[in-house]
Amino acid sequence: MENLSYRYSAPRRAGGSKPLALVGVVASGNLEVLVERVLPDTECQLEIKTAAEGFGPVWAAVTSDFVARRAAGGLKLSINDGGARPDTVALRLAQAVRVIEGDEQ
Amino acid sequence: MNASTIEASAPSHVLRSQGVSWYEASARQRIDLLLDAGTFKEYIGPEQREHSPHLQVFDLPEQFDDGIAVGRGMLAGAPVFIAAQEGRFMGGAFGEVHGAKLTGLLRAARDLGSIPVLILFDTGGVRLQEANAGELAIAEIMRALIEARTAGVKVIGLIGGRAGCYGGGGLIAGCCSALAVSEQGRISVSGPEVIETNRGVEEFDSKDRALVWRTMGGKHRRLLGGADAFSDDSIDAFRETALALIASTPGFGIEVLKAEQARLASRLDRFGTCGDAVDIWKAEGLSDAQAEAVPAMPAPDFITLANKVQEARHDAR
Repeated sequence: MENLSYRYSAPRRAGGSKPLALVGVVASGNLEVLVERVLPDTECQLEIKTAAEGFGPVWAAVTSDFVARRAAGGLKLSINDGGARPDTVALRLAQAVRVIEGDEQ
Repeated sequence: MNASTIEASAPSHVLRSQGVSWYEASARQRIDLLLDAGTFKEYIGPEQREHSPHLQVFDLPEQFDDGIAVGRGMLAGAPVFIAAQEGRFMGGAFGEVHGAKLTGLLRAARDLGSIPVLILFDTGGVRLQEANAGELAIAEIMRALIEARTAGVKVIGLIGGRAGCYGGGGLIAGCCSALAVSEQGRISVSGPEVIETNRGVEEFDSKDRALVWRTMGGKHRRLLGGADAFSDDSIDAFRETALALIASTPGFGIEVLKAEQARLASRLDRFGTCGDAVDIWKAEGLSDAQAEAVPAMPAPDFITLANKVQEARHDAR
């Protein structure tokens, strides 16, 4: 297992007021994202536990792209990863933001 | 009736869950759509991070809720306790924390004595990486379940997930007040591969999917009486079935246990020499043509047929 942590300054605050949301599942090629509204509006933090070691640069690229594109300010995202591909990770991160904004799915 | 009339008259839960497959849904979706909208209150939620203390040793990823969500909510306006296993995380298997959450829920139900419990099984059994803790959890859950039933609580199992209900999950299901199963739900203790590995391919060919489904699948369990109700594979259908079982399931006591023992003894007498599930269905009273048609039969037709032929069970389950 490898633990990775990233903290970014976020350009946009996450919408809505829900305190937390959970999306995804820990399975082969999949991941779960627990998202909590616990940070100042201008920050975003990601804590990753992954079964696939040695992919730090890919995680850095996917997470920085996520914070730049989505409104993720104020969010702490905790990830348990079962070896998901970068595109799956990007979709789960986007889904997590949508759900904490208040959308059903 | 036109579409707008249907929409106007359908209860809100039907609109939310319309057409959602139980088999395809996640554990949390099943809870969300089964209960009245917005009523689920989770105990020991994922934000508390009560994950497995053992998986790290094996270099395996954890899940924040250890693969089970437990809590309370409202079902058609009445309170229920509810637990749902996530079959996609480690096959829904029971580990130490996973099991303890279900034990705690059943003990809470026992102490209150009146609120029914719904267990949404989706499990391959004990998590092998936590074998001893998992086996102990199964024993604790079975004890807590029987204590809850003794205290007057109805415990209803709903089975229709991709992992089925195997191993210790099959034992726990056997302790429930009543079970509902869909065609996709399978109930057994040893799974197909386990039987083949231990007894040989002549005993059970795990690759013969038709054999697996007619031996362990929902239709067979319903015809044999192991499951009390058959449900179509939709969350709406499971909701209606759960409500019907809560309303109709009798209490629990020594008379029920005796009736259950008698039913199992007579089942062995009647079907002990049957070589295949189809022989059992015929012995239950299905014609040759009906028995041949069972595997492909649509759910509503099958429910009608099963209600006609199933043995009288009185208070046994």
